[in-house]
Amino acid sequence: MMNVIPWRSIKQLLEPFIGLIVVLALLGFSGESSTLFAGSTWNLLLVQTVVIALGAMGMTLVIISGGIDLSAGSVVALTSVVGAKLILAGWPLPLVILACILVGGATGLISGMLIAGLRIVPFIVTLGMMGIARGVAKWLANNQTVSYSGKYGHDHPIGTLLERTDFKHFFPLPPGVWATIILAIFMVLVLRKSIFGRHVFAIGSNEDTARLCGIRVRLKKMMIYAIAGLFFGLAGLMQLSRLDLGDPTASVGLELEIIAAVVIGGASLSGGTGSILGSMIGALIISVLKLGATIKGWENYAQEIIVGIVIIVAVCVDRLKAGASRSD
Amino acid sequence: MTPRLEALGIDKRFGATHALREASLVIAPGEVHALIGENGAGKSTLMKVLSGACHPDAGELRLDGKAIRLRNPLEARAQGIAMIYQELNLAPDLSIAENVLLGVEPNRWGWIDRKQRDARTQAALDVLGVGELAPDRPVGGLTIAEKQLVEIARALAGDPRVVIMDEPTSSLTSEETAKLFAVIRELRRQGVSVIYISHFLEECQDIADRYTVVRDGQVAGSGSMQDATMDELVALMVGREVRDIYALPTRTPGEPLLKVSALSGRDRPTDVSFTLRAGEIFGLAGLVGAGRTETLRVLFGLDHKQGGQVEHHDLRRCQPKQCLDAGIGMLSENRKEEGLVLERSVADNLTLSDYQSVSRWGWIREGALRQAATRWISELAVKADGPDQPIRALSGGNQQKIAIGRLLHHGVDVLLLDEPTRGIDVASKQQVYQRIGQLAQEGKGIVFVSSYLPELLGVCDTIGVMRRGRLIAVKPTHEWTEHDIMLQATGAQRSLSESH
Repeated sequence: MMNVIPWRSIKQLLEPFIGLIVVLALLGFSGESSTLFAGSTWNLLLVQTVVIALGAMGMTLVIISGGIDLSAGSVVALTSVVGAKLILAGWPLPLVILACILVGGATGLISGMLIAGLRIVPFIVTLGMMGIARGVAKWLANNQTVSYSGKYGHDHPIGTLLERTDFKHFFPLPPGVWATIILAIFMVLVLRKSIFGRHVFAIGSNEDTARLCGIRVRLKKMMIYAIAGLFFGLAGLMQLSRLDLGDPTASVGLELEIIAAVVIGGASLSGGTGSILGSMIGALIISVLKLGATIKGWENYAQEIIVGIVIIVAVCVDRLKAGASRSD
Repeated sequence: MTPRLEALGIDKRFGATHALREASLVIAPGEVHALIGENGAGKSTLMKVLSGACHPDAGELRLDGKAIRLRNPLEARAQGIAMIYQELNLAPDLSIAENVLLGVEPNRWGWIDRKQRDARTQAALDVLGVGELAPDRPVGGLTIAEKQLVEIARALAGDPRVVIMDEPTSSLTSEETAKLFAVIRELRRQGVSVIYISHFLEECQDIADRYTVVRDGQVAGSGSMQDATMDELVALMVGREVRDIYALPTRTPGEPLLKVSALSGRDRPTDVSFTLRAGEIFGLAGLVGAGRTETLRVLFGLDHKQGGQVEHHDLRRCQPKQCLDAGIGMLSENRKEEGLVLERSVADNLTLSDYQSVSRWGWIREGALRQAATRWISELAVKADGPDQPIRALSGGNQQKIAIGRLLHHGVDVLLLDEPTRGIDVASKQQVYQRIGQLAQEGKGIVFVSSYLPELLGVCDTIGVMRRGRLIAVKPTHEWTEHDIMLQATGAQRSLSESH
């Protein structure tokens, strides 16, 4: 049975994967330092990828449905501030985690309700939400970082979420990375195998048909943005764990890195295509570039230029491929 | 006399498909030439070659005896070959004048010469007999027929020697068609050659001087339209005699299944009432814009319902989901834009409204999905490689079968079919008629909207005529004639009775 193997999805993934290898090769061979391939670097890389990867999971859902969410970076900042405040207030860790995720989900739900209910384009709604979330974060944090290390030192349990682990350990990954991997697998299944996933693709490909087929498009859209919000909340939690403080001015422009990861992963901004695995590879590519640039001591501007070029090249390759398949 | 346009020995392959095999077409100056063929026969490819949208692998094009090479549609237009596509290609937010001269704006150093632009547009509109359309009106607010005239005006603005029209009447009322024919005759009088592509053979016989029939990428025959009978043309098209294309009704409708009373939408319909019985095919006739499509859309909940009731089993609200749950399904008239998700597979399109049937706890069972799709593909005789093939790759007729198959898979007992045979080839049409007849035999109720009267008269048990949003007459099919329906639909009936 040829059909058991999903050749088409493997082919789709091939290109971002090759991209990742090329990026790794360029960074790895272009200098004397082999630190990039050291185990500890991998660990650091995965930890840094977590925030983008979690955001990209939610964003993939939104982009496949034909939408966009610009509020991701601000929501990450907001939830990290909320988390830090709650830790200061003495909440236990599970409740802090839950609260962070729910705050993210709430922002997504509000965006989704405005998009679906009032039929305002997602770009505008989430642009507004981007400002609102950022503002609320600064307001809650009184315009400064919220640090709990004064009260708890540097060993609050939230830090362990992304704690660097010993490479000789049997599962040499921190819990946050494991959670990300498990969620990614779950989301792959949701998009490929669940009714909800198929409906997301249908809405993104052709909303009118989805309506004709009795899919409750507005309800599904609200769900999509709310779920994306949950992921942004989780990303905020990871950000908090990594920085050990809530910073209302952090993660500016993170939404663009997330969108870039999704687009590099093969999604189309006009909706209907995209994959979680592609987005995960896209997230890795972005992190590798950033980390590689740091290790090599490149200036920040060089890093930004390179990320920009990679995005454009990825989309160009996609376009050329689409053009080639259309003409025959 | 040198022919105006010659296409000689045109050959074109798309991968494994041999779309054109040494096809030749000769058009004389000032003649209307009908190009006839089933969907997938190669008409569109031939037209794309003539309009520069596609390059032949072999063959030669000559315009007025001179060999030409067309690299793109713009070159074809510059040479005087203008193509009017079936799907209108207008920018809705731009004005008529801006659309007519789009890409060839009269200008001085890049600044548009408005006066000349409006004058040239007006001249083209005058030729078409619609001088009253203001050149500065936005195209978005025009009717389909008016938009089509704008397309033709665009073609005329380039002083064409050949105009190619692809299915120009598929969305026109018979009145508008008559107007279009007057325009075509005017073009002919001015010496412009017209290549006229249509599924409606009657129309081709009406308007064309000569014909060419394409079948399987080859020219099956050509000649003078006057000497050809309808039977001969059909035989050339399908390569066999087609008889009894319609499934004649031999049923007695049963219990009422769907009761619509005083249904009204925002604009249309107004106060529409009818009862659909089990095993009945209820035809809705009327001009484009009479409110037939809107009636179905309001009933199914795609458009807002302003008033009225729909009774069917336990249907509570007119919403697509509720309707489907209660067993009412709708086929959109707009297969490509609304009916199907073109990017997705055949299997997805078949089961889109009812993934529940192939899933457990919200998770799709791939095996069940493929099995269901495979079953419908063979049941409906769909030409497809398999359930995973993207539906975009299928021909119009096969796409339509899948769209209907979705309703069947859903197991609805009321089918609202809006123009189910639009743009599909004769053989597929016949299969659609048979399937609809069979569904009625099984006791399902069918509302059949069509602009093609012979098929309504051939398929339906009952026909209702709509005019200006109202359902004005409902009678058993045998009490209708084509003539009567047109009288009702156009309102001529009323003026007749008023004058008595």
